[in-house]
Amino acid sequence: MATSDAIIDQVKGQFGEAVLESSTPLGFPTVCVAKDRARDILTYLRDEPGLEFDVLTDATAADGLKYPEPWDTRFQVVYHLRSSRDGKRLRVKVGVPERDCTLASVHDLWKSANWAEREIFDMFGVRFEGHPNLKRILCHHKFKGHALRKDYFIHDGQWLDEPETLLDEIGDWGENPADEGFSELVPVNLGPAHPAMHGTLRVFAKMEGETIVKAVPEIGYLHRGFEKHSETGNWTMVIPYTDRLNYCSAMLNNIGYVRTVEKMFGIEPTERCQYIRVIVGELSRIIDHCVCLGAMLVDLGALTNFWYLFNIRERIYHLLEGLCGARLTSSYARIGGMAHDLQDGFETELREILRDMPRNVSDVLGLIAKNRIFLDRTVGIGVISREDALSWGWTGPCLRATGIPYDLRKVEPYDVYADLDWDVATRDGGDVHDRAMVRFDEMIQSMRIIEQALDRMPEGPVMVEDKRVVLPEKDKVYSSIEGLMNHFVLIYDGIKVPAGEAYVPTEAANGELGFYIISDGSGRPYRIHCRAPSFYLYCAYPSLAEGNMVADAVPLLGSLNIIAGELDR
Amino acid sequence: MESYFTFVSSVLGFEPTSLLGFVGAIAVWAVPITAFVSVVGLVSIWLERKISAHIQCRVGPMEVGPHGALQTLADGIKLLGKEDLVPAQADRILFGLAPMLVFASTFVGFAVIPFSQKAVIADLNLGIFFLAAVGSLEAIGVVMAGWSSNNKWSLFGAIRAATQVVSYEIPLGLSLLAVVVVAGSMSLNDITQAQSGWVWNWFLFRNPFMWAVFLIYFIASLAECKRAPFDLPEAESELVSGFHTEYSGMRFAIFFLAEYGAMYIVSAIAVVLFFGGWYTGIPFLDHISGSIGGTTGVVVENLIGAGTIIVKSFLLICVQMWIRWTLPRIRLDQMMDLCLKYLLPFSLVLLVAVSLWQAFQGPIDGGNSVMGMIMLAATVASLIWMRRLAGRVSKASALRRELPVVKTGL
Repeated sequence: MATSDAIIDQVKGQFGEAVLESSTPLGFPTVCVAKDRARDILTYLRDEPGLEFDVLTDATAADGLKYPEPWDTRFQVVYHLRSSRDGKRLRVKVGVPERDCTLASVHDLWKSANWAEREIFDMFGVRFEGHPNLKRILCHHKFKGHALRKDYFIHDGQWLDEPETLLDEIGDWGENPADEGFSELVPVNLGPAHPAMHGTLRVFAKMEGETIVKAVPEIGYLHRGFEKHSETGNWTMVIPYTDRLNYCSAMLNNIGYVRTVEKMFGIEPTERCQYIRVIVGELSRIIDHCVCLGAMLVDLGALTNFWYLFNIRERIYHLLEGLCGARLTSSYARIGGMAHDLQDGFETELREILRDMPRNVSDVLGLIAKNRIFLDRTVGIGVISREDALSWGWTGPCLRATGIPYDLRKVEPYDVYADLDWDVATRDGGDVHDRAMVRFDEMIQSMRIIEQALDRMPEGPVMVEDKRVVLPEKDKVYSSIEGLMNHFVLIYDGIKVPAGEAYVPTEAANGELGFYIISDGSGRPYRIHCRAPSFYLYCAYPSLAEGNMVADAVPLLGSLNIIAGELDR
Repeated sequence: MESYFTFVSSVLGFEPTSLLGFVGAIAVWAVPITAFVSVVGLVSIWLERKISAHIQCRVGPMEVGPHGALQTLADGIKLLGKEDLVPAQADRILFGLAPMLVFASTFVGFAVIPFSQKAVIADLNLGIFFLAAVGSLEAIGVVMAGWSSNNKWSLFGAIRAATQVVSYEIPLGLSLLAVVVVAGSMSLNDITQAQSGWVWNWFLFRNPFMWAVFLIYFIASLAECKRAPFDLPEAESELVSGFHTEYSGMRFAIFFLAEYGAMYIVSAIAVVLFFGGWYTGIPFLDHISGSIGGTTGVVVENLIGAGTIIVKSFLLICVQMWIRWTLPRIRLDQMMDLCLKYLLPFSLVLLVAVSLWQAFQGPIDGGNSVMGMIMLAATVASLIWMRRLAGRVSKASALRRELPVVKTGL
């Protein structure tokens, strides 16, 4: 693998002065490039042998208006690239001034850039030249202003009730039946109130009979402004918001966020904490897969499996309820560790669940694995190639179903995953069937991980001893001035995260959950961006659904496991 | 008790020859059918809830009545109290007519379903033909419902229903024909009487092809009732609720009742055609009037017959429910594939085979019983074997902890 410096040197050597600045903050190679050469440099990074950054993991932006040290330009567009060959990463930052708020689009280099650029346009007003469909994506189409700019105040409420027709995106229908271009295709709205559109998704489709000829999605029905909201409180107050991203596996979101903040502090959580994170994280993964598979099978009309899977989920939720008092919204992780240790009897209950789980899983597999109808309905439906999957920015089980064993727990191991013996589940078909089967396999692997983690888990504290992030013990607060001051400062100012930026990916249930955080050193987050796996999975959905029948488009959506909370943030 | 007809005549005191008498007779016949359809609906909806619940590790309704038995009644009262909503753009006449037509097609079918040798409202000599004819009327009602609702999902459901009816009707009709060949009559009464005697005299065991004929009939009848895996016209995850998306209150309840009524009808037909109708399969019980004698004997015999056919039909309904809660839904084109590419040629071949068998085997006296015993034994043996097989499969999958395909690392 090329080292960070070598990559930076190579880019510098090629483009000379267009590379304005380069650094490696917290081990993440970063280059700042000139706006007018940005597209050239990104093309070079993608195509040059040896670099081959074939995945645009994420693209976002930040507004420097209120940053203590002024930025050269008001906006920075940030691309996070990854190479699927050797896993190296690179951050490319492009300054965009307020006056000339434009940038060349890279949607043709990476398919994932399409929606990412729309989001940047929506939130910051950066216009991407050459983008085929630069419309708002999360906010309402009549929304005024750009929500994530620092001079947009969230108290400026806007009353917006006009529905989006999407007619401009779906293309021409022809008006007169006598005309040449007139089509007898039927317009149909799938959603937002359609039983198959799980959360709050809408797909506007042109139908020929039951076949979808063209599909145009609209998202944002569940947009709650997670990123803007995060900027209003202190760093700890973000944790409950992360619960509401992928609410099917809230623990993993908690862990993903606190890991990013810990990285900025340079804190390594205690060993017991790492084991607990692995255990609750894998439990959340199992729950998430249960929801995904159960819902997908309901879409296929196989209702009974839903109960078999939800029985597992129910027992795990009972366990987690005892752990943190909540089922869905756990808020269990803390910066520097976990909120508290496991409850008494956790291990016994968990071992009972692990003992019974294989039976539930095999019940479901027994109903579907060799079921001719299930196979007919899923095999070869919604096939995506490896190249396309990477280009769309797919990660997680859906990418692994195409045969790419990309799992952050193996590739960039964190916590104690490297010490445990488990395998990455992959399949080769890239269709609905394989996406479902990868999830079944992963549930089994997660059980293996949990069993080993339970065996090896050491005793010890679950929080680090670092007075920058952890409240002191109560008796120290009452008996010593240092303790009292520490408590006071942490409560009053909040945790002060060192200034800088970090992007830390975590393997969440749906794929790479990344948090890109910019801190200005104060007690409040300056910018938190969540790289949601569902967002990049869903942007490929219309192209997969086109040409399929409605009956196939529905389980196809189910197999992607789009969680609206994460998609719309 | 000569027959229900003469019974009615004796109650009314005149032969229904005048118009008034005709209307009166219709009313007198209609009331018990309506009552019976409603009771069948109530019981089978409750059964559906309980069976699905127990399949899915739940208990189902438990509050209203013992084990929730009156839950359906409570729901019916609720539906009666609901506002009668018609969408603004709907075709009001067709919209109102559709549920009635659907219900009528089911309702009329009950007229020829026999409950025992005597207890049949109309013993038509074209009984099967009549049932097949009125059964497919239902599709017209469904198409009307879907069209008049002025809702795209309803229309999709209606088109699916129409597609489905042209697909399953032919194999269904051909499998009925095979039975007619064996029985030599289209009258349900005659068909049943041809199966009297011991259990191996049932048509299911009459010759080696009847099991296949029954399976084709059963699959096609699932499609006729729009039951999973053929619940395409109302596929809820795809078409919201399909053809009855816009229906609520009592209109919806009528659709619902008709669906369960149709389930009973197809099951009762299957029982009559393959499972010996009202015969228990034990000659002593079937001809108990011989040993008891008098009117009591006739009444008891007929009661046993009615009980038998109802119990058998409900057992088949339970199988339909079992299938519904086990299998995923099939896709429209796959349904057509199945019906037209597989069931249709198979049923044709079976019809020829059954005819040939009948032509050559027919004259041998007593051959039917021997063949029946062999087939019964073969059936029992294969059921035991399938049970074993199923046990082995589930054991194998329970032991399957390791992954089949695993790759590690990048």
